[in-house]
Parts: sequence; structure tokens; C-alpha cells
Amino acid sequence: MTRTQGTTLPTVEDALALGLTRAEYELVCEKQGGRAPNLLELAMYSLLWSEHCAYKHSKKLLRTLPTEGEHVVMGPGENAGAVDVGGGLVCAFKVESHNHPSAVEPFQGAATGVGGILRDIFAVGARPIAVLDSLRFGESSSPRSRYLLDGAVAGIGHYGNSIGVPTVGGEVYFEAPYEHNCLVNVMALGLAARGRLVRSAASGPGNALVLFGASTGRDGIGGASVLASAELGAQDDGAQDKRPTVQVGDPFEEKKLMECSLELLDRGLLVALQDLGAAGLTSSAGEMASKGGVGLDIDVAKVPLREPDMEPFEVMVSESQERMLCVVEPANVEAVMELCQKWEVGGAAIGEVTAGGQLRVLLDGQLLGEMPVAALVDECPLYDLDPRKPEKPIYPPPPATAELSYASPPRELLLALLSSSNLCSRRALFEQYDSIVQSRTVRGPEQADAAVLALADSSALAVSIDCNGRRVAADPYTGTVAAVLECAANLACVGAEPLGTTNNLNFANPEKPHVAWQMTESVRGLGDACRALRAPIVGGNVSLYNEGATGPIYPTPVIGMVGRLPDARRAGRTGFAHPGDEIALAGPLRHSLAASELAKLLGEPLPDGLPEIDIDAVVAAQLAVGEAVRAGALSSAHDVAEGGVALALAECCLSGGLGAQVELPEGLWEPAPLPPPPDPASRDAVPPLLTAALFGEGSGSFLVSGEAAAVRALGERVAVLTIGRVGDDVLSINEGGALAGTTLTLTLDELAQAYAALGELFS
Amino acid sequence: MKFGVLQFPGSCDEVDALHAAGKVGEAQLIWHRDRDLGGADAIVVPGGFSYGDYLRAGAIARFSPAMESVIEFAHEGGLVLGICNGFQVLCEARLLPGALLANTNLRFTSRLLELDVVRTDTAFTRACAPGVAPDGADAGQLTLRIPAKHAWGRYYADAETLAAIEGAGQVVLRYAPGQNFNGSLHDIAGVRNERGNVFGLMPHPEHAVDELIGGSCDGLKIFESMRSAIEAAALA
Repeated sequence: MTRTQGTTLPTVEDALALGLTRAEYELVCEKQGGRAPNLLELAMYSLLWSEHCAYKHSKKLLRTLPTEGEHVVMGPGENAGAVDVGGGLVCAFKVESHNHPSAVEPFQGAATGVGGILRDIFAVGARPIAVLDSLRFGESSSPRSRYLLDGAVAGIGHYGNSIGVPTVGGEVYFEAPYEHNCLVNVMALGLAARGRLVRSAASGPGNALVLFGASTGRDGIGGASVLASAELGAQDDGAQDKRPTVQVGDPFEEKKLMECSLELLDRGLLVALQDLGAAGLTSSAGEMASKGGVGLDIDVAKVPLREPDMEPFEVMVSESQERMLCVVEPANVEAVMELCQKWEVGGAAIGEVTAGGQLRVLLDGQLLGEMPVAALVDECPLYDLDPRKPEKPIYPPPPATAELSYASPPRELLLALLSSSNLCSRRALFEQYDSIVQSRTVRGPEQADAAVLALADSSALAVSIDCNGRRVAADPYTGTVAAVLECAANLACVGAEPLGTTNNLNFANPEKPHVAWQMTESVRGLGDACRALRAPIVGGNVSLYNEGATGPIYPTPVIGMVGRLPDARRAGRTGFAHPGDEIALAGPLRHSLAASELAKLLGEPLPDGLPEIDIDAVVAAQLAVGEAVRAGALSSAHDVAEGGVALALAECCLSGGLGAQVELPEGLWEPAPLPPPPDPASRDAVPPLLTAALFGEGSGSFLVSGEAAAVRALGERVAVLTIGRVGDDVLSINEGGALAGTTLTLTLDELAQAYAALGELFS
Repeated sequence: MKFGVLQFPGSCDEVDALHAAGKVGEAQLIWHRDRDLGGADAIVVPGGFSYGDYLRAGAIARFSPAMESVIEFAHEGGLVLGICNGFQVLCEARLLPGALLANTNLRFTSRLLELDVVRTDTAFTRACAPGVAPDGADAGQLTLRIPAKHAWGRYYADAETLAAIEGAGQVVLRYAPGQNFNGSLHDIAGVRNERGNVFGLMPHPEHAVDELIGGSCDGLKIFESMRSAIEAAALA
């Protein structure tokens, strides 16, 4: 076991191969008191000083984000953030990515993504109650995209279904820049009694360090540095040589681990708890010691192994799944072991808390390595970004996928959008998930804009996850503001007020100036929007180096937001509910075809910038609609998003199984100015006003239905325009005024047939 | 009237079943290592992935100490309901005929389904009798709206067994036309043993006990039927 612990020390070349820079290696030597680190120490430094663990290119930006607010109970820095949801309960939640593992092996990559985020939730003492996922793949016409989608969805389902946590929502987009670097982001929520939240700070010298759960194997060695913190090469499409760094998940093991962890906390047996994720024992032990300002001794000989001949460094960096680390008072160790036996999970005391502030690794008592905790965990150099807006477009125009133009008949445009892979029904995907276990799901997929989960006191939580990367690519600041506002709009549609936000910043290589610019602008937008909504960031994750041989992904700051509504029975729904109800548009109407789904379908290049958003006006509209839903005044509420008003109408019809007769007033709104197309000669330079009115996109407007009096009352709070009535089994849209005439008529069956397009990918 | 709900490592829907049974009677969990069924009048073997569904769904749970007691309890005539994984466990334990195979679509599928009640003279469907049809409609063909969610729910038995269970009236629930997504033979969604005291079904009645959550209360009928059967037996 000590083969590599000989006298030959690794060189600076070894450090470079492990992902450190020359300067970082020199700094490591300095932190080690002027001596070169041995292999074990170097392996541990290289992981904790990786982008994945140290956030060295993002930490300075993240410090600008709002993290405090009246509802925040636990902010960033713990395994998950938490907000107060009333009734003595807190909701812990967080989103994380498992992008590169999923690009290499989609089933296990996505499955262990679910496993990892669930451990983050129960590591703070909360019982997981829901999972949502946010997925990005290349165009659905690509066989590789379909393979990745199929594998990732099956993996998420396999893990979430088997462990008894419902998958209640999510989103998926297909865009060419994700072809070689898919995104798999998973968000989880958990509930805990307010007093039972546990932190990860180790304390009390002499206390025991207990590792419990699965045994430790050779899977995922170096995942954080090699896989998560470098660009994927072209050969990584199913790359053989990187497969050993992808972990393999076992949801049954995690189910037992979860129940065991929660019972250990219920019995008050733990001082601190932390899950093992990226960089395994190294990261978990380091974090616990750093937060508690203590040292730790770990004896690798005491770690239960799957393979007998593992090197000490392998034990310390293994990313074997389904493991937890806890600090236990010596008197309680026996009781902890008994509970581990009850749940049939392994458990072993592997070390103890020390006063020295050193992380020491031993083998049967013999010292193998010793590092100052502060140096290892907190003193990785942080880098300034060098943001520069690119002078030329960095993304090629999307492939035109329809023989259509802006001047095509609206009926054809609507059918094309409704059947496009970004907008069609997700039923074929969410039917593979258990969305109802735990008996909380008041609104599940496609029933409302946000998922709604009942709490015991008749109130409910609402949760949404969202990000339109194409819009962020067109304008990183405004696109990110729009993503945050979209989440809040979804919450408003079910009647919930935002409590807090989590985010997963998926970007390409931050060392490139144009990516640095995307990040800087995006984080500025994230902060501004969260401040305006009073929905602070309580936790999140950063995933960088998402680029393949063909270029960077669209910048994709995935936003997850949690809100609360006082009465679950009044949770809003998307679908029209009562024939005869008035249909109205509420909120600011400033829609544009720039970077819209229709523009994409027609192969339009991304514009340089999006129309500015009046954040305060949008927030005011959300407050008004949210209050009306909470009061039970409206029959349905849906935010106008991708595909514009026409698509929103179709979705409300389909979700409710009722048609709508709509008349658009002449000059419905002044469309926001469209940036000039780069090559006007080859395009329908100016889309007809009607096309922009039907399919233009922008933040802040809602499609609501209800009795005339309720719609009138809403109009006293926010601009409201009545456009039609619910009824019959057709959607008909007429243009009023001088241009009067039927614009389009589609039966519910025709709409449903187009909407079911994704099912074919799974047939 | 007391329900006992088994809890294996890997059970997922045991708390939901406890909650549903608790709406019509007392209900308590029974740990898989306990042989003592705690004086329960009826047993629910819940959904989930007992022992990770390793080897074969239900194959390991069938040998647990609690299941040994349940087998005895069933042989003595006690009422036993198996839901989803519980149905698989009861088939593995040979308390019910047939087996559950992989869905013909080879995917985990979750859907709210319509089920035809084949007969209402059973201990598990007596509360579905005409006149108390859940939708209040004419009770010519009784249907229940109950969700199903599973990857291994295709009911299978050899031709001889199928003929026997059909002949003996052991089929209690069938998927309504167009609802059989898993490819079950004869559209069988729920089946009982010959004696009539053990019943298994793939759909989840415990997830249809509250209009607010799931949009149907029809699953409650199964639990109400069991209470009614127990009470009738107590009077007899």
C-alpha cells in the first residue's frame, strides 16, 4: 500500500499533469513550509485547488451577489442554503451540475448528479421532497443528442424513482452549441424543522470522525480536476480514457444512507455532517476542518475499501458515491454504529478532530502527509477575469429547421413552433419520472407554470427552474435578468411569493476574455434581478470549461427559485378552466422577435443585445398577478414566454382541454425595436407587425383567464387587455380593427398532435 | 381496525400507504426485521424498491422475517394488500399467481389511469359496489382513476394459470381500454388469490386519496373496502 510513498518526490511536471499551474505549484511548496509536497499531498492540493473545488475564477464575482434577506436561514457556503417557510419549517435547496460526466456516460452521469444533490440536502438535516432537472443538448436532429437525452432522462429517473423523491419539474432545450458539451443540472429541495439544521463545521478536538455509507473504491479518481475543470476534447464523445473518472451510482445504497443520516440527526448523535462529493474524502474532511477552524487526523487504513490494494492517495481522492462523513462525540460512536447496522450501511471511525489546524493523513498510525487546512481549503489563489466583449459573433446562426419565413401564415408558424423540440410537450420525458411519491404534489409537470408541493399546515411551496441560454448568449446581462424574472413569473402564476434563489452558472473557459465577459455581465444581471425580487441567492454551483472542440456552450446561468403560497387549494394552474371566462394579457407588453424561438426556427443569427427590461415594472406585474391567484380570483395564469402570446394561448388550451376565441386589438403593442439583421438582402427584413405580436418574446406579461369582474379588478393593479373568451374546442385568433379577418384557427386535436412531437424521439 | 404497513430498506411509498390507510383506520409501520405484526387486522405491502429490487423485484423482500409472518397471516385468512412492489413481493412469495415482467415499452412510466372494476364482491372492492360509484355515474361499468408508476408491471401468467384465475374470478381490476401501457396479459391490473384474502395491484391506490393531491380520491375505496370486510367479519 505504500508503493508510491517512497522517497522520490513528484516534480513540477507531475503538478502540471494534475492541473496545477507552475505558479500554483510554487505556492503549494511555500505553504508546505518550503518543501516539495509528496504525491499524496500533491494529489490533495491539485483537487482542492481545482476550479471545481476552489471557484478560483468565479469567487470574486460571486461575492457581488445578494445573499441576505428576511427569509434566509442558511446562506451560501453550506451543503445547501435554506429559507424559512413558516410553521417552524425550513426548506433547504440547491442546484448542481453533472455536465462532463453526463457527456461521457449520460445514464450514470445524470444518476449520480441526482445522488449528489440529494446528499447535499440531507447533509444539512433536511428530508429531500423534490427534484427538478435542467437539461441542454445539441439539436434534436442529432443522433448523439437523442442518445444523451435518453440516457440522462433514464438516469435521473432511475435514481430519483428508486429513492422515493419525486421529480416534479424541469426544462430541456436543444441548441447546437451543447452538441459536444451537454448540461445536466439537478435541483433538489428538502424540509427540516428549523432547529434541526446541521452545519458541516467540525468541532471539539478529540471527537471522532466517522465515515459511513458505501465502501471506497477506485471510481471517480480525479473527477474534480481532470473531468470537471478542463475542456472536453473532441475525442471525449464517449471517451474510453475518461470513463473511469465517472462514478457509478447505487440509489438503494443512498436510500439507506439518507434514512440512516436523518435518524442519526433525529437522535441528536452528530456534531457535524458532510457529504462526500467531488474530491471525496479530501474535500469533505478539508471543508469540515476549515469551517470549524480545527485540524483532522485521518487514518486511511481504517477506511473500508472495495479493493484491498488501493494507494493512500486513491483512498483520499476517490469519488465513490453514497458516502457521508460526520463528527461524533466519543461517547456516541457506539450508538452511531448501531444505527448504521440497523440501516445496513457501513460505518467506521477513521480519525479524530485535532486542535492543530493541520490535516494529517496516516496509515496505521504512520504519518503519510500533513497540510495546513487553511492552505489546502482557503488559500488557493483567486484569479481576476479579463472580460472583453467579443468584436464578432461567437456563435454560428442556428440551422434553419423549417421552410418558413416571418411572412408565412401564422397558422403554419404556430404549428411549427408547437412541434419544435424546444417548445413541444415534455410528457414523453416526465412520464419516466415518479412525480407523486411522498403525496405532496399539488401541481406537477404541465399542470402549472411552477410545481406546487403541499405542506402539512395547508400552505405550499412552489418551485421553478429556468434559463434560456440563447437569450443569455445574445445579451448576457439582459438574458440573465430575463431568466430570473421567468422563474419568479412561474411562481406568480401559482400564487407564490419568492423566498430565495439558487443558481448553477454553466459557462465555457473563463480564461478566455469573451467568456469572462459573459460571466461578468451575467452575474451582474443575476444580482440585479434577485435584489429587485428580494429573492437572495442562498447557494449554488459553478460549472466552467463547458466547451468542446467546436466552441463554447451558450452561457447558461440556470436559476432555481423557491416560493411559498399560504393556501395550497388556491394554487394556480396553466390551463383554461371555465367556458365563458375572459382571457386577458396582464403586465408590460414589450415583445420582440430578437433571439426568439421563431427567429431560431428560421435560422436567424443571434442579435447583438436584447431590448432592455424594465425590471421594476415586471416585478410589479408579478406581484399583482401573484396576489390575484393567491386570492383565488383567477381561473388560470400562464406567463408569456418562448413562442410569445400565440404559444401561450395554445398551451393554456391544451392544458385545460378548452379552446379560446381571441381578437387581437389593432396595434396591440408597440413592438420593441429589432436589431437590424446582419444580411437584410437574404431575409424578410422586417417581420410583419402581426408576426411580432403573436410570436414576439419579452419579460413581464401574463395570459390570465377568469370572470370579467376578476379581470377588471386585476386591471386596477396592472395594465390589462382583454383579448378573448374561453370556450369550444378550437383556438381561433383574429386580428381586430382595420385588418380584421381570421388569422388562424386550429382545433384542439391539431394542437395536441403538433405538441406531442417529442414522443417520436422515444418511440 | 388496524392496518400494518411493511417497511423494507428501499421502500418508497410506505409513508403514503400509512397516510392513506390512516384515513380509514389505525395504521402503523412494521419494520422488515420484525416478526411481530403488532396485532394488525390487515397488512399492506407497499411500493418502492425493496432491497433495491436486486436479483429481481420483490425476490429478496419475500424472505424477510416480516414477510414470513405475513405469509403465515395470509394462510390463516388475514387480509393482505400488495401495491406495485408489494404486488411483486406477493407474487414472489407465491401468495398470488403469476409474475410481473418489464413493461413492453421498457421504460419506467408514470400515468393517471382508468381501471375497470371487474367485481365488487371482494374484500378489496366491496366499497366500489353500484350506488357508490366514485363519479356518481350509472354503475354499469365501474371505473377507478388511480395512478400507476413502474418499470416492471406487465402481468404475466402461463395460459393454464390465466385460464384458471379467469375461471375462478380472481381478476379484480383491469386496465380500461387504451390504458394498458405495460402490456399486461388480459389487461390485468389487479388480481386476488383463490381464497380472496390476498390482493395485489400495480397502480397505487394510496396516491389517490386526496382531490388536491393527484386529482382523485378513488384509491380510498380500496382501503374502505378492506375496513368494511374486516368489520363485516367481526360481526359474523
